[in-house]
Amino acid sequence: MDIESHLPILQVIIPLLFSPLVVLLQPRGLAWVATTAVCILSFAIAINMAILVLGGQTLEYELGGWQPPFGIALRIDAISSLLLLIVTGAATAAVLGCRESLNQQIESHRQPLFFAAWLLLLAGLVGMVVTADAFNIFVFMEISSLAGYILIAGGPDRRALLAVFKYLIMGTIGATFYLIGVGLVYMMTGTLNLDDMARLLPGVADQTTIPFAAAFITVGLALKAAMFPLHVWLPNAYTHAPHAVTVFMAACGTKVAVYVLLRFDFVVFQSADLYHGLQFSLFLMPFALLGIVVASAVAMFEGQIKRMLAFSSVAQVGYILLGASLLTQDGLTASFAHMFNHALAKSTLFLSIACLGMRFMDLRIDQLSGAAKSMPFTAAAFLIGGLSLIGVPGTAGFISKWLLIEALMEQGEQGLLMVGIVLLSSLMAVVYIWRTVEVLYFRTPVQQDTTQQGSEVVLSEAPALMVGVTLLMAALNIVFGVMPDVPLSLAEAAAEILSGARQ
Amino acid sequence: MSGTNETMVIAWILAVPFTAAFLIILAARIHENLREAVTLVTAVTLAVLVWGLIPDLLAGERPHLFAFGLMDGLDIKFTVEPLGMMFAALASGLWIINSIYSIGYMRGNKEKNQTRFYACFALALSATMGIAFAGNLLTLFLFYEILTLSTYPLVAHKGDAKTVASARIYLGVLLTTSIGLFLPAMIWTYQTAGTLDFTAGGILAGKLDGPAVGLLLGLFVFGIGKAAVMPVHRWLPAAMVAPTPVSALLHAVAVVKAGVFSITKIIVYIFGIDFLFETPESGWLLYAAAFTIITASFVALRQTNIKRLLAYSTIAQLSYVIMAAAILKPLAEIGAAIHMVAHAFGKITLFFAAGAIYVASKKTEINQLYGIGRRMPWTMTAFTIGALSMIGVPPTAGFVSKWFILGGAFEAGNYVAIATIIISTVLNAAYFLPIIFMAWFGTESKQLSANDHGEAPLLAVAALTITAFLTIAFFAFNGPLIELERQVVTGLE
Repeated sequence: MDIESHLPILQVIIPLLFSPLVVLLQPRGLAWVATTAVCILSFAIAINMAILVLGGQTLEYELGGWQPPFGIALRIDAISSLLLLIVTGAATAAVLGCRESLNQQIESHRQPLFFAAWLLLLAGLVGMVVTADAFNIFVFMEISSLAGYILIAGGPDRRALLAVFKYLIMGTIGATFYLIGVGLVYMMTGTLNLDDMARLLPGVADQTTIPFAAAFITVGLALKAAMFPLHVWLPNAYTHAPHAVTVFMAACGTKVAVYVLLRFDFVVFQSADLYHGLQFSLFLMPFALLGIVVASAVAMFEGQIKRMLAFSSVAQVGYILLGASLLTQDGLTASFAHMFNHALAKSTLFLSIACLGMRFMDLRIDQLSGAAKSMPFTAAAFLIGGLSLIGVPGTAGFISKWLLIEALMEQGEQGLLMVGIVLLSSLMAVVYIWRTVEVLYFRTPVQQDTTQQGSEVVLSEAPALMVGVTLLMAALNIVFGVMPDVPLSLAEAAAEILSGARQ
Repeated sequence: MSGTNETMVIAWILAVPFTAAFLIILAARIHENLREAVTLVTAVTLAVLVWGLIPDLLAGERPHLFAFGLMDGLDIKFTVEPLGMMFAALASGLWIINSIYSIGYMRGNKEKNQTRFYACFALALSATMGIAFAGNLLTLFLFYEILTLSTYPLVAHKGDAKTVASARIYLGVLLTTSIGLFLPAMIWTYQTAGTLDFTAGGILAGKLDGPAVGLLLGLFVFGIGKAAVMPVHRWLPAAMVAPTPVSALLHAVAVVKAGVFSITKIIVYIFGIDFLFETPESGWLLYAAAFTIITASFVALRQTNIKRLLAYSTIAQLSYVIMAAAILKPLAEIGAAIHMVAHAFGKITLFFAAGAIYVASKKTEINQLYGIGRRMPWTMTAFTIGALSMIGVPPTAGFVSKWFILGGAFEAGNYVAIATIIISTVLNAAYFLPIIFMAWFGTESKQLSANDHGEAPLLAVAALTITAFLTIAFFAFNGPLIELERQVVTGLE
C-alpha cells in the first residue's frame, strides 16, 4: 500500500484529526504553527493529487474497502482537484499571510479554539469536494458551516454576531433544503452515491418527486453559494469577520457550494435529462445576470472596502453561474477557470486589506487616504488584485473573462446582450477598484490614523510575513495571467467531465 | 534570415526600459543625478537597439520573437515590420531628447515625486515598444492596457483634486473604450478568423461581409480610444494636466500614436485595405475622421490655454492619420505612416515650447504671450517652426505627409478627403498664425509681465531646438522612411 492511493482520505482526515489537537496547544503561537503546518500539508496533498489528475487519472477511494453503492466512496477528478487546490491554497495563504492580523484580532487565549474551528472549516470544505456521496456532502457542509459561523463571529467586531446570526438562519435553510432534496431522491432511488443516483434516476424520471428534489437542491445550494438574490447573508458576514477569515471564505466558501450544485445538476439529474434547460437557462441565468449587474452597481457605491469587495464577490458568483448556465463546454470551462482566477484575485485583495487593517482601524475607503505612501507594497498588491478582478490583460482575471465572452459569443444574438452585461460589469469593477486606488495613492493622509490601541503611531508597512504572502499572491495573479496552462487544463478537463455527463 | 540575434534584440528592446524603471527607483536612493543618468543611458541604449534593426528590415527581414502561448491559438509574440519599426524608432529616438528636456523642466519647476515620474516614463516606453512590435492583436492589446495604466500616474502627477479628477477621465475613457469595445471586437475577430495574427492582406477577407464589417471596424476605431476619434477624444484635453514632458512625448507621440498606429495596423493587417475598399459599409470611417478633423480644429480656435489648444490640434492631426488610412490607397497609407512622424516632430516641438514658456514665466494662457518672442527667441522660433509644420508649409515635415495624403486622395478620387484637408489647413493657419504674430510683434502688457524672465533652462531649450531642427530636416531627408513604408503596401499594390 503506497501513500499515494490514500491521498483522497488523507486530504480530509488530516485537518479533521488535527482540529481537536490544536485546542490543546495553549502556549502562544503554537496553535498557529500547527494550523499552518496542517494547511500547508493539505495544500501539498492537493497539489500532489492535481498532478496525478493532470496525468489523466481519476482517484477513487473506497472507505473501509466497501464497494461504492454500499460504502462511502471518495473520488478526485479534474473538478474536485481544481476545487481542492483553491480551498487548500486559500486556507494556506490566509493562515500564513494573516499571522499578525490574527494576533491583532483574536485574543491569544482564544486562539487555539479559533484555529480548531479553522481546521474544521477546512476539513468540511475539503470533505464536500472529495466525497461522492450525497449525504456525506450534507455532513461536511454542516461541519464547514458551523465552523464558519464560529470563525466569522470570532473577531473583535461585535456587529459580526448579528451578521453571523443572519448567516446561520440562511445557511440552515439552505442546508435543510439540500437535505430535503437528497431525501426525496433517496426515497425514489434508495441510494446516496452520486453515480448510483445518476444511474437509477432515469427509471423514476417520470415521477414529480424528482423535479421537486431538483428544485430543493438547486435553491438550497444557490443559497449557500450566495447567488443573487439569495446573497443577503454574505456582505455583512464578510465585512465583520476577522480579516483572515474573510480571505479564506471569500476565496473558496461560495465556490464549493457552486461545485456541488454543478455536480448535482450536470451529473445526477442530467442523466435523467430532466428540466435541465429549465433549471439553468430559465432559472439560474437570469439571476446570474441580475447578480452581475446589481451587485457590481452596489459595490460602486459602497463606502467600506470589505463590503465593497463582498458585493463584488456576489457579482463574481454570477459570472461563474452564467458560464455554467450556457450548458456548453466552453461556458463550463470559463466557469471553472473563473473559480480559480477569482479565488486568486479576491484572496490577494483581502490579504492586502488584512495588511491595511494592521495600520488602519477604520476600513472605510475615505479613511485610507494616502495609504500607498506608508504601505507601498500593500497598495501595489491591492492594485494588482484589482486589475485582475477587472480583467486587465496580463492578469489571471483576463483569461477567464476572455473565455467567458468567447463562450457567450457562441450563443449568437442572445449571447451578445450577455456580452454587453459582462462588459458593463467589468467597467463597474473599474469604477469601484479605481475609486479605492485613487484614495490609496493620491489623497493626502488623514491625520487621525491610529492603531487599535488608539495611540498615535507612525504609519508603516505591515509586518514582513503578511506583506510577503500578499505580494506572492499578487505575483501569482500575473503568473497565471501569462501562463494559465495548469488551471486551464484542469478547467477544460472539468468541463469535459460535466458536458460528457450530459451526453 | 532572421537569426537568434535579432530575436534577442527584440527581447532586449522590451526588457531594457522595463528594467530601467526599477533601476531608476534604486538609483534615486543614491542620488538624483544617478537617477537621471539611468534614464539617459536607457534612452540611448533603447534607441541604439531599435535603430540597429532598421538595416535588417530594409533588407527585407522580419525578425520575430515568440514569447509564450497563452491559450490555444493565442500567443504573446512580436514581429518587427515597417509600420511598427517606424513607430518604435520614432518613440525611442524622441525619448532621448525628451529625457534631456524632462530634466530641465522637472528641476526648473521643482516638481515633486520625480522618481515616480521617471520610472513610469520608462514603463510607458516599454509598453510602447510592445505595441510597436506586437505580432498579433492580443499582444497589442496587452501592451495597450499597460501603456494606459503606466501613464495614469504621470497624468495624475500633481496629485491635487483637480488633477486626479482629470486623470480619472483619462483612465476612465481609455479603459472603458478598450474593455467595452476593443476587447469584444478582438474576440469577435478571433471567432470569425480563428487567429489574431497580423497578416499581410488581412485575415478577415471572405469571412465577414456587409454591415458586420462596418460594425467591427467601429468597435475597433472607438475601442482604441487613444486615437481620439470623436466622441472618444475627451481624455486628451484632460491629460493636459500632466507635466509638459508627458504631454510632449506621450500625448503627442507615444500614446496617441499608439492609437492611430493600432488602427492603421488593424486596417492594413487585420481587415486588409483591398477588402475594406470593396466593402462600402466601412466607408463611414473616412467621414468620422473628417468630422473629427474639422470639429477639433474649430474647438481649437476657441481655446485660450496653450496646452489645450495643442491637445485639440493633436486630435485633429490624429484623425488625419485615420482619414489617410481610410482612403485605402497605397499612397495614402504611406502618407498615414509618414504623418505620424511628421506630426510627432512638429507637435513635440510645440509642447516643448509651451513647457519652456511655463518654466520660464509660469504663463499658460495664449493672451499672455504678447511680445514673448523677444524674451525667449529660441523657444519662439522653435514654436513657429512647429506651428508651420502643423499647417503644412514647406520646408517643414508637415508638408511631406500632406503631399502623400493628398496624392492618395486624388488617386482614390476622394473629394471629401481633399476638401477636409484644405479646410483644416485654413483652420490650422487661423489658430496658429495669430499666436506667432502676437509673440513676435505684440507688445507686452505691463501688469502681465510682472516677473522679468528670460529663456527657459538650457536643457529644455536645447531639446526644443533639436526637435525644431528635425522638423525642418525631415522635409529634406525622408527617403529611407518612405522606402521603408513602401514595403508595407508593396504587397498590396
